Amino acid sequence: MLDLQQYTCLGAALRDALDRFGPETCLIEADRDREKTRLTYSDFKEIALPLARALEDADFDPGDRAAIIMTNQSKWLISAYAILYCGGVLVPLDYKLTAAEQLQLLAHSKAKLLIVEYYLWRAITLSPDFQSIKTKTVLVTEAPLGTDLCGAFRWEDFKRKGAPDFVMRKKDDVACIVYSSGTGGRPKGCVLTHENYLEQCRALTAWYPFWPGVRYLSILPTNHAIDFMVGFIGPFVCGACVVHLRTLRPEFVRDAFVRYRITYVSLVPMIVKNLERGLRAKFDELPSWKRFFLDPLIGLNKLLTRRRPRVKLSRSLLPGVHRGFGGELLAIITGGAFIEPQTVQFFYDLGIPVINGYGLTEAGTALTLNDLNPFRADTVGRPLPGVELRILNADAEGVGEVAARSKTVMSHYLDDPELTLETIVDGWLLTGDLGRFDGQGHLQLFGRKKNMIVTQGGKNIYPEDIETAFDGLPVKEYCVFAANYIWPKKELTQETLVIVLRLEQNQTVDSKLLEEISARNRRLPDFKRVSAYLVWDKDFLRTASMKIKRQVLAEAIGRAAKQSDIVQL
Amino acid sequence: MPNANETLNEILNLAATHFKVPRDKLSPDDDFFKTLGIDSLQTLELLTRLEHHFQVELPDYELQGVSDFRTLASKIQTRL
Repeated sequence: MLDLQQYTCLGAALRDALDRFGPETCLIEADRDREKTRLTYSDFKEIALPLARALEDADFDPGDRAAIIMTNQSKWLISAYAILYCGGVLVPLDYKLTAAEQLQLLAHSKAKLLIVEYYLWRAITLSPDFQSIKTKTVLVTEAPLGTDLCGAFRWEDFKRKGAPDFVMRKKDDVACIVYSSGTGGRPKGCVLTHENYLEQCRALTAWYPFWPGVRYLSILPTNHAIDFMVGFIGPFVCGACVVHLRTLRPEFVRDAFVRYRITYVSLVPMIVKNLERGLRAKFDELPSWKRFFLDPLIGLNKLLTRRRPRVKLSRSLLPGVHRGFGGELLAIITGGAFIEPQTVQFFYDLGIPVINGYGLTEAGTALTLNDLNPFRADTVGRPLPGVELRILNADAEGVGEVAARSKTVMSHYLDDPELTLETIVDGWLLTGDLGRFDGQGHLQLFGRKKNMIVTQGGKNIYPEDIETAFDGLPVKEYCVFAANYIWPKKELTQETLVIVLRLEQNQTVDSKLLEEISARNRRLPDFKRVSAYLVWDKDFLRTASMKIKRQVLAEAIGRAAKQSDIVQL
Repeated sequence: MPNANETLNEILNLAATHFKVPRDKLSPDDDFFKTLGIDSLQTLELLTRLEHHFQVELPDYELQGVSDFRTLASKIQTRL
């Protein structure tokens, strides 16, 4: 791999990687069961540089911001490289947000350039807020020929001959602005520097290196911090290959493992759980004589890999299981949400380590990771090289708020000095997560101090972001909370959202009000819905600027009511 | 090409068969996560069945925020 210590910016590291690994395959793109694209590092460069030249000619200057809204595909990475080549700042936006939310973040980021897939662009142009868009240049990928693109250019045609000028950036220049939340209220744009990414990449590859011949299956969205690092920067600076699959459908995911003989994959806990369910179902269908042999072999593998993974041995003991994953899988990387230890153990016992980690967008990608030395199913691992962690205000059991200090921690929140000051105190990032260290230096997580939930699909949901869906609800006032924020508990399962209602005088909760709540709930994606309500009989305390004092209200509710008082919707 | 009502009806029939529930238990405005007791990945499996049936392709993200059969039918109808 490249020696990243020599670099000051991602663009330079990627540029050298394209030259050094020229004939190696860097990208394979599959859609369902069809392979659409296969590129070497040289091919990648040949497509990216004419795009970079066209961007320069279109007055895209160093430091300008460029948003990308795309599913996982080759054009995402090619565009990102062209932007970094020109010294631009990437703003990866979640393609699963609504068009209105995307427009809101585009405005907040002041992106000068937008690169977007056709159907996503069409949805944006149909949004009532479309006329407010300020983005100067829009490039649309995969647009059908002859379609009116509302002033945008076709990505495929946006190229110029001639070598573009490479723009070198300094370590503390901004590389990316990544939104961790804030679509409904206060946008949290994490400003990450080139140093943040280079250090993160060095730390991760020190424990889990890539090399030419490794094939990483990319199905987490590339806008997500994990895939951006593990499905782009990491493999590229090591000469590995990224396989993009443009669907999360379990049948195609299973097929891709085998077809591309995948080495590593990152999955959210929900998909790991789905794979476990599928395997268990297959085991249950086996004739009893096969089970008679399989169960002892799993037991033997468990015994022989107790201290460390022994991949070759596991493959020879359980060849059928490993063939189902392509036969070359080294590990599944997971994080972003709570995963049950029994799921992690299930795979390890089959000889497939699930590397569980912990991180947050504000800290680049990961702060801790399991090093498999030895394997632990019940922790999120040890701090990565260069990461300092400490537990603040620990209780009698050693549980307190996790704080982090590292060169991977973001610079600040975009245009929000107040929130930055609250979040980074004396150089320590306050994560809002509760944890403790065990005797072996492993971090265990126990809950959250902050008002948010994380779904099994790895989505962070902030109550403030969904409150606008309840605008106009016929009550005196309302507020949405994570139940755990009101009634803290030391676990990360079954997290739910509760709407607290302050009714008008003489008003009661009747079927009409419940239907109003349900109707608004239905406008939200399923994972963002409130699942219960609680009636509160006092006016909400507010700040001078009329914002609800959420923490005060949550504490008051927590003292006066029990979690069993909430009513399920 | 089937009209919107026919598409909706076919989707309800296919969902009933795929998830082994009586057809008369499903109605167009049902929240299918609740009625069928399924998660988002199982919804994607249903989408693959529907793609085969209607000979269309929908990216996964088209299902984002969709939780009732009527909206699902409208998404498919626009691609027919």
